[in-house]
Amino acid sequence: MPSFVMPDKCDGCKALDKTACQYVCPNDLMVLNKETEKAYNQEPEQCWECYCCVKICPTQAIDVRGYADFVPMGASVVPMRSTDNIMWTVKFRNGSLKRFKFPIRTTPEGKAEPAGGFESGDDLDGIELFTEPASNGLDKVWTK
Amino acid sequence: MVEFKDFETVEVETDLLIVGGGMAACGAAVEAAYWAKKNNKKVIMVDKAAPDRSGAVAMGLSAINQYVGLKDGANTIKDYVDYVRNDLMGVTREDLVANIARHVDSTVHLFEKWGLPLWKDKEGNYVHEGRWQLMINGESYKIVVAEAAKNALGVDNIYERVFITHPIVEGGKCVGAYGFSVRENKFYVFKAGAVLCAMGGAVGVFKPRSSGEGAGRAWYPPFNSGASAYFTLKAGAEMTCQEVRFIPVRFKDAYGPVGAWFLLFKSRATNALGEAYMQTRRPELEKWGPYGKVKPVPANLRNWLMMLDVMEGKGPIYMRTEEAIANLAAEYKDDKKAFKRKMKELEEEAWEDFLDMTISQAILWAATNTAPEEKSSEIAAAEPYFIGSHSGASGAWVSGPKDLAPEEYFWGYDNMTTVKGLFAAGDASGASSHKFSSGSHAEGRIAAKAAIRYLVKENPSKGNPSADDINKYRDMVTHPLKLFAENQGKSTMPEVNPEYILPKMYMMRLQKLMDEYAGGVTAQFTTSEANLKKALELIALLKEDSQKLGARNLHELMRCWENVHRTYQAEAHVRAILFREETRWPGYYFRSDKPSMDPEWECFVNLSMDPESEEWSAKKVPIKKIF
Ligand SMILES: Cc1cc2nc3c(=O)[nH]c(=O)nc-3n(C[C@H](O)[C@H](O)[C@H](O)COP(=O)(O)OP(=O)(O)OC[C@H]3O[C@@H](n4cnc5c(N)ncnc54)[C@H](O)[C@@H]3O)c2cc1C
Ligand code: SF4
Ligand code: SF4
Repeated sequence: MPSFVMPDKCDGCKALDKTACQYVCPNDLMVLNKETEKAYNQEPEQCWECYCCVKICPTQAIDVRGYADFVPMGASVVPMRSTDNIMWTVKFRNGSLKRFKFPIRTTPEGKAEPAGGFESGDDLDGIELFTEPASNGLDKVWTK
Repeated sequence: MVEFKDFETVEVETDLLIVGGGMAACGAAVEAAYWAKKNNKKVIMVDKAAPDRSGAVAMGLSAINQYVGLKDGANTIKDYVDYVRNDLMGVTREDLVANIARHVDSTVHLFEKWGLPLWKDKEGNYVHEGRWQLMINGESYKIVVAEAAKNALGVDNIYERVFITHPIVEGGKCVGAYGFSVRENKFYVFKAGAVLCAMGGAVGVFKPRSSGEGAGRAWYPPFNSGASAYFTLKAGAEMTCQEVRFIPVRFKDAYGPVGAWFLLFKSRATNALGEAYMQTRRPELEKWGPYGKVKPVPANLRNWLMMLDVMEGKGPIYMRTEEAIANLAAEYKDDKKAFKRKMKELEEEAWEDFLDMTISQAILWAATNTAPEEKSSEIAAAEPYFIGSHSGASGAWVSGPKDLAPEEYFWGYDNMTTVKGLFAAGDASGASSHKFSSGSHAEGRIAAKAAIRYLVKENPSKGNPSADDINKYRDMVTHPLKLFAENQGKSTMPEVNPEYILPKMYMMRLQKLMDEYAGGVTAQFTTSEANLKKALELIALLKEDSQKLGARNLHELMRCWENVHRTYQAEAHVRAILFREETRWPGYYFRSDKPSMDPEWECFVNLSMDPESEEWSAKKVPIKKIF
C-alpha cells in the first residue's frame, strides 16, 4: 500500500489547520480523517513512493510498504532526516541491515540567498542573466 | 450524499504569471524577481502542489545532468550542441540548446551557493559521473531550489495547491490563466500581462507496466499530467516534436537508475544467453544513418538494440552486476584491503543513487534480498513519457535568442511561443532536449528575463475577462462535481453509473487505447498508420465523454482535469507520429509501415490546434543549423 500511516503514532498534527503530510505530498494523496484524527493515503495506486510525507512527518508515523504487485513483503527502507543530513536504514527480507548517511545541504535552512553573493548588471536588453557573467566564472557570456 | 457547493471566484492581478513550481518555474522566479524589482513589475507563481517538493525533483536527484564546464575550458558550447543533435537523430533547435548551455553553469554555481552539496575531489573540482554530469548529495535538491525562489519572490506571491486548467487569451495575447484550489471551493482568475508556462511533461498517457497498486511507480512522476501541453495548445501556440516521446531503460519494475552501474561500476548489459546486445547487434546501427555511428550511441538506438533481443525472445535482459564486481575484485586482487575500501565506496554510491531519486528500487532490492555481487538484476524499457527536458523533445515551439537564432526561429523574445505574451520553459518548451534539472532551471531564467523585457517594452494590458466568460469557465471547470452530485442517485455503487465516468476509469480508457494502438508496452512500441487512425477514432469518442467526467471531491476534480490534459497530449502525439512518415527513433517508437529513416523527414514536425474549433494542422519545418 505504498505509503501508510501507523495509527498509534499519528497525532493528526495536533489539529493544526493543515497536516504536514497533506501540505507536502506532491500528488495530493494524504488526507486527514476528521473523525479519527488520523491521516491516510487516499489513492495508494497513484503514490510515487517519493517519501516526502515520510520524511516530513513529525512523529515518524508514516512508512512505505512496497507496491504489492511486484514487491515481496518484509523489507523496509526508513529515513531520518535532520537539518543537514539524512540517515537511511535498509532492512532486507532476510533480516540483514544496511545503514547510510548522506549530507543534504551546506547552508542553514531557509537561508538560500537568491543572488548567491554574485554581482548583477542591469541591462534588460543584454544576454546576461542576473548574476552573470560573475556566476559563470567568466568575464563574459558566450556568444557566436 | 455529496452536495454541489458553489465556488467563490478569486481574482488576482499580476504582471508576470508563472504557472508551475518545478525546476523551470523556480528558475523563472529568481530571475523574474530581480528584473521585476528594477522595473516595478509584480510576479506570481502558481503550483498545484508545494514547490518545496513538487514536480520531477520531489524525491531528490543524485546528479546534475547538464554542466558544460566552460570556465575550466572542459567543453565548448558546440560540443554540447553536437551531443544533443546526435542523440535526437538530427532533430534539434541548435539555437535553443546553445542558449541553455551558455547559461547552465551559472545556474549550477548558484545551486552550490544556495546549499546543494556537490561532490568535490581532493583538488576541489566537481566529481563527474559522465562528461556532462556532476554527482550531488541531492536529497534536498528541490527544497534548496524552491527556497531561493521563495526568498526572491516572497511567500505572498506564491499560490500553492492551485491547479491551473486553462489559459486566458485576449486579442491574440496570453494574458492570464484559470484554475481552482484543490483545498477549498475557490475558482481562480489570474489576470496578467504575460504568462510563463512551466508545468512539466506528462505521464499516464500510456498504460504503465504495473497496473495495480504499482500504477504510480512510473519512472516519470505521476503528478505531471500534460498541463503544459494542454495550456499551450489551448492558447493556440504551435507545438513541436510531439512525436518525440522518451522511454528510459531502467532496473525493471521499480525503475531505479542504471547510471551508477554503467558508469561507475562499468557494468555490461546482456540478454539471458549472456550476449551483449551493444556488441552483437552493432551491424544494426548501420541502418540509422550518421546517428548510428556517433559516440555515445543515441539513447533511442541503445534501447532499440535491446528491444530487438527482447522481440526475439532472448530476454530477460540483465545488468551484469556480479560480473562488474568480479572485474573490480580482479583489478585489486593483490590488495584485499584496497578492494574492500573501493567496494564500500562504490556500494554507498550505488545505494545513494537509489535513495536520492528512486527509493522504490531500494525497497525492491531489499525485498528480493538482492546481493549485486552474487546475482544480476533485470533491466527493461519503461512505458513512454513526454519529457522534453530529458531525452524526449516534445513541447512548444519557441523563439530563439536574438544573437544565436536563425531568422526563421526568432520573433522578438527568447522562449516566447508563437502566441504573444506566452513563454515556455523546461518540459513545456520543445526541440531543446537534454537540459535536465539544471538546464530547465537555466531556461526558466532565460524565459523570465525575456518575459519581463516584453512587459517593459510592450506594456501589454492585463487580462480582463468579462463576468460572462468567468462564469462560463467556472461552470465548465467545476462541472464534474455538479454532474456527480446530480446523478449519484442513479446507482448504488458510485464507481458505476450510466451518467458519468470517474477519472480513474477515464484514464484507464485513454491508457488502453494508447498502449494498444499508439505503440505502448503491449504493442512492443510498434504502431502504423492504420493503428494510429484507430487511435484517433477512439480519442474522439473519449473527448466527447470527457464532458461526462464526474468528481466526488476537489481531489477528484483535479484528477478529471489532469486526464483532460493527458488526452490532448495523447492526440498531439498520435497526430505527430501519423504525420511523420518514417521511423527515426526506433527505440522510442517503430512505424511498422514506414520502418526506416528517410532523409526527406530530417525536419521538425510542428502541430497546432485551433483553440475554438479544435481543428488540428501539421507541417514540416526545416532544420537550420548554427554550427
Ligand atoms: C525519475 C527522474 C530522474 C531524473 N534524474 C535526473 C538527474 O539525475 N539529473 C538531472 O539533472 N535531471 C534529472 N531528471 C530531469 C529533471 O527532473 C527535469 O528535467 C526537470 O525537473 C524539468 O523541469 P520542469 O520545471 O519542466 O518540470 P518539473 O520540475 O517536473 O515541474 C513541474 C511543475 O509543474 C507543476 N504542475 C503540473 N501541473 C500543474 C497544473 N495543472 N497547475 C499548476 N501546477 C502544475 C508541478 O507541481 C511542478 O511544480 C530526472 C527526471 C526524472 C523523472
Ligand atoms: S504528518 Fe504524521 S502526524 Fe501529521 S497527520 Fe500526517 S501522519 Fe499524522
Ligand atoms: S510517498 Fe510521496 S506520493 Fe506517496 S503519499 Fe507520500 S508524499 Fe505522496
